[in-house]
Amino acid sequence: MSERAQQLLEAADDELILGWRNSEWTGIAPLLEEDVAFSSIAQNEIGHARALYELVARELDTTADQLAFDRPPEEYRCAPLVEVRLLDWEKTIARHYLYEEADSIRLERLKQSDDPEVAGLAAKIDREEAYHRMHAQMWFERLEGEPRFTAALDELRPQAGALLDSEQRGDHTPELTELWEEMTMVRRSLPAGTTW
Amino acid sequence: MTIWEVFRQERKGQAFQHAGSIEAPDERFAEWYAREQYGRRGESTALWVVPREAVHEIDDFADELQKNYHRVDGYPLKEKLARARERAGTAAS
Repeated sequence: MSERAQQLLEAADDELILGWRNSEWTGIAPLLEEDVAFSSIAQNEIGHARALYELVARELDTTADQLAFDRPPEEYRCAPLVEVRLLDWEKTIARHYLYEEADSIRLERLKQSDDPEVAGLAAKIDREEAYHRMHAQMWFERLEGEPRFTAALDELRPQAGALLDSEQRGDHTPELTELWEEMTMVRRSLPAGTTW
Repeated sequence: MTIWEVFRQERKGQAFQHAGSIEAPDERFAEWYAREQYGRRGESTALWVVPREAVHEIDDFADELQKNYHRVDGYPLKEKLARARERAGTAAS
C-alpha cells in the first residue's frame, strides 16, 4: 500500500471510529442543544471518513464501504484513543479536545500535500473541523480547572501522541473489536455482494 | 443557563423571522448551537441570536372606544374608489 493510502486510511479510520463513539451520546448528552451539536459533529466525522475512504478506494480499486466495514478489526489503522468507549462527559470532552488539536496538525500537513486531491479534500475537511475546534475550545474553557476534567486530560493525553505518529499505531484496544462487531453486524448479516 | 431567541433569514434581503429558542450557557455556545439547529441544512443565510431578556414584550393594547379607523378593515375603500372614478370620468378597469 502506498504511503498516501496509508496516511489517508489512518485519518479515515480515526474519523470513522471517533464518529461512531461520539454518536453514542445521541439522546443522552448533558443538554438537548449539546445532543444535537455533538451528534452533528459525529455525523461530520463519519462524512469526512467517507470522503477519505473514497479517495483511498479509487487508488486500491475497492469501495469506501468495503474499506470501512469489510476489513478485520486488526487491519484498522486508527489510534487507540478514538477506540475507547467513554461515556463520561468530561472524558469525552478531553478526548474531543486532544483529538481536534492533533487533527488540526494532521490536516495542515495534508493540505501541504503535492497531491491536489489530498490537499483539496484536506482543505474542505478543515473548514468543517474549524467549527469542531471552536466547540472543543469552548468546552475546554468551561471545564478547565475542574478536577474531573483535569484527571481525564492527564489520563488521555499520553494516548494522543499516536494520532500524529504512524509508528505508534497498529495495536488496538479490545474495545475496537466490540465496536467493530456492532458496526458491521448488519452488513455481515447479509449475503456477500449485497448492494445498498 | 440563558434562553436565546433565534431569528433566521431565509434569503438575502428578506425579513428575519423567529425560528425558535435555544438554551445555552453563554454567547459563544448560543451561536454555536444556533448555527447547528437553524443553519446547517442550508435553510438560512443569516441568523440573529438574542438573549430573551433583551426582548421587550408588549401585550397590552388599549382600544376602549373601538376606534375602527385605526384598523385596515375600518376603511372600506370599494365605494369610495367607485365614487372617485365617477368624478374623474373613468370606468373601473
